[in-house]
Amino acid sequence: MGNVATIIMQRLLLGLLTLLVVSIVIFLAVNALPGDFAELILGQGATPEAVATIRRDLGLDEPLIVRYFGWLGGILRGDLGVSFAQLNFRTNLGGAGDVGVIDQIAPRLSNTLFLASVTAMIAVPVAVTLGVMAALFRNSVFDRVANITTLSSISSPEFFMAYVLILFLAVLNPLLPSLSNIYEGMPFSERVEKSLLPALTLTLVVTAHMMRMTRAAIINLLASPYIEMARLKGMSPMRVIVKHALPNALAPIINVIALNLAYLITGVVVVEVVFVYPGIGQLFVDSVKIRDIPVVQACCLIFAAAYILLNLTADILSILSNPRLRHPK
Amino acid sequence: MSTLLKIRDIRLEGRSDEQWNPIINGVDLTLQKGEVLGLIGESGAGKSTLGLAAMGFTRDGVRISSGSVEFDGIDLVNASAAVKRGLLGKRIAYVAQSAAASFNPAHRIIEQHYEGPTQHGVMSKADSIADGVELYGKLRLPNPDEIGFRYPHQVSGGQLQRAMTAMAMACRPDLIIFDEPTTALDVTTQIEVLASIREIVEEYDTAAIYITHDLAVVAQMADQIKVLLKGDEVETADTRTMLAAPTQEYTKSLWAVRSFERPTKPAVNTGAVPVVSVRNVDAAYGTVPVLHDVSFDIHEGRTVAVVGESGSGKSTTARCITGLLPPKAGEIAFDGNVLPADYRKRDKSQLRQAQMIYQMADTALNPRMSIGNIISRPVQFYTGLTGKALRARVDSLLDQIELEPTQYYNRLPSELSGGQKQRIGIARALAAEPKFIICDEVTSALDQLVAEGILRLLAKLQDELKLSYMFITHDLATVRAIADEVVVMKDGRVVEQGEKKAMFTPPHHAYTDLLLSSVPEMDPDWLTNLLQERGVDNIGDAAVDKM
Repeated sequence: MGNVATIIMQRLLLGLLTLLVVSIVIFLAVNALPGDFAELILGQGATPEAVATIRRDLGLDEPLIVRYFGWLGGILRGDLGVSFAQLNFRTNLGGAGDVGVIDQIAPRLSNTLFLASVTAMIAVPVAVTLGVMAALFRNSVFDRVANITTLSSISSPEFFMAYVLILFLAVLNPLLPSLSNIYEGMPFSERVEKSLLPALTLTLVVTAHMMRMTRAAIINLLASPYIEMARLKGMSPMRVIVKHALPNALAPIINVIALNLAYLITGVVVVEVVFVYPGIGQLFVDSVKIRDIPVVQACCLIFAAAYILLNLTADILSILSNPRLRHPK
Repeated sequence: MSTLLKIRDIRLEGRSDEQWNPIINGVDLTLQKGEVLGLIGESGAGKSTLGLAAMGFTRDGVRISSGSVEFDGIDLVNASAAVKRGLLGKRIAYVAQSAAASFNPAHRIIEQHYEGPTQHGVMSKADSIADGVELYGKLRLPNPDEIGFRYPHQVSGGQLQRAMTAMAMACRPDLIIFDEPTTALDVTTQIEVLASIREIVEEYDTAAIYITHDLAVVAQMADQIKVLLKGDEVETADTRTMLAAPTQEYTKSLWAVRSFERPTKPAVNTGAVPVVSVRNVDAAYGTVPVLHDVSFDIHEGRTVAVVGESGSGKSTTARCITGLLPPKAGEIAFDGNVLPADYRKRDKSQLRQAQMIYQMADTALNPRMSIGNIISRPVQFYTGLTGKALRARVDSLLDQIELEPTQYYNRLPSELSGGQKQRIGIARALAAEPKFIICDEVTSALDQLVAEGILRLLAKLQDELKLSYMFITHDLATVRAIADEVVVMKDGRVVEQGEKKAMFTPPHHAYTDLLLSSVPEMDPDWLTNLLQERGVDNIGDAAVDKM
């Protein structure tokens, strides 16, 4: 096991290093955006002096490198800064009344994670089961129908799928609420109910990828001598696939699952908008619109961390799924 | 005796290029209870396909087009999948060529052992585990109590092969199909596996079909032998009759292969500078030492065979000579001049002197490049020829390897047979006009007749071009055929070296003796006698810590 622990440590350090590089890229990219908060908030009639004053107040006049290290230092202390949009200018900059970026992001992030979890709970088991069944009945009618259905759902725009679901599950058959305006302190069951339609929409979007990878990874192994051996031992087709092929196909499946989970955290703006779901995606888009740099940077960093963390977890799980690494000679 | 398996006029077809092509053209096979039938032939003869058909099983893209397979009165051709599943593993079992590939890497050996008995309802899990441990003991596996609880990758190839035999025995089947079970093993390991298989098959009076391309092996195992050629039966006879008096020309030609031997060359002049000199080389992969103080010389126009089991350091030595793996200590000299250890520091004229031919011609040739391109590139790189001169040189190389240039220049490797691909490998090595070629197990993936053709070609080229060969092999028959000198390696050390004649005459180093005596001979009593000689209990020691 010492072997595995070393590999995991290496991956963790590598992940941190990646995050550092990503933070530089984010910082430069956000600062390369045309226009800034001062110009936007003052509108067209702004005098250059007023713009300069606000810039000075926000520290936007300082050199790039100073601002970067200021930001990085803040992150290391757990301080993501103060949202420009929530500031009271000049008089009490950084004072007690200001809303920190963390306070602004935290509830939104937790909503997004909640939606992602509900989706994952539905999508991952469905996708893997469908993949296994498609591999078992490969080239049958079931296989083709499953493939075509999931492929068409991934190929349609998300908002379209969302409206189709609303039409059938909320309008024609009023089973689920079409608005997902969840708020703090809402009972858990009601939260789940309200999140169900966006979660189903997202399930339709992510299932195809995971299902097809499961199917392909299993079929890829079916020509292996040990699969032939299992068949020659008289094992049933189901057992051959689930017991003999699936454990060896886990690594690629885990990786695709991780990729799709990361997508659920970072890429669901459209679905949030359709269902008025208060997730981090909407906050991010709004902040970009008004050049609220601290919020934009924090969101980017969280998205990057989610990607890195999930891929890291996938890597580690893949390693653990390999008996050669779990049980060295 | 009663008939267990009856195959009548079976025809099998395989699908390729959008059509069904015959693999087996009407073969009969009858097996009595407890009898062992040897099925022999070159690759492509349809041995495995026939062996699997005896289980009522065909691989994807293969079908039984006509004929019958009757196992103990059950028609396996028309039986439902469920009926066949009930027989497979329970009454008919299979032992595959590569145990390392045929054990599922995700499960422990014993889990795969008790899967059959528990799923078929023959035994409880606890009983099957106890029985497995007993079988491991009978097959003389080390630590039978414990070995099954390891994962396949934690066990050596020879041990896995025996564990697979135990797995086949798990339900006490009436029939076992052994599909080349020792082909992937070293000679010393092969003996142990052969002895174990023979013993256990005798003890439980199991009938078996033993598929192999090695006549000497089949002579030890089978009661009767059936020879296949391209899907047709050549002849069938009792083992002793077949060995003593084969009636068919093809069978006789199989027997004759082993007679190829080059005449002994005159001894090297004392004081002659060797073409290649390996001097006190130590090498390691990372921190794991692999070679210890390896030294030998190769003189002009001579062949030095480097023999030893897998893992003995033969290929690593070749990597040191070519500079792919710079040695930790010692040096490599060409014509008396010491070469830079790393190939990146060697200049073109130094690089061209040592060329390689690989074991797997399949993977050593770029599948997307035409034969002409494959050979042109080194010619251009080393000699700078272009245009017509380049084409002429490539054509003459193709002539040298006895392939018609106009016919092969534009073909892709996939359109060639195994032997032809290996010839292209030789042409590519010759393109650099080297003085020295390393042949790394160049014939071990080939059938005997094809391999002999390659050996004859190499011998001819050596005479014409005064080439020196370092011939890496674990097959002592090949050594006999082609070598002038022999270097025996074990655990990264040279244990013995000298002229071939001296090496094959006693007294030998103990390890050389073990290697030599482990090569199966055509005599059907060879294994029995050898086991008696070594003492059955010592056979485990003969494994020479092959963990």
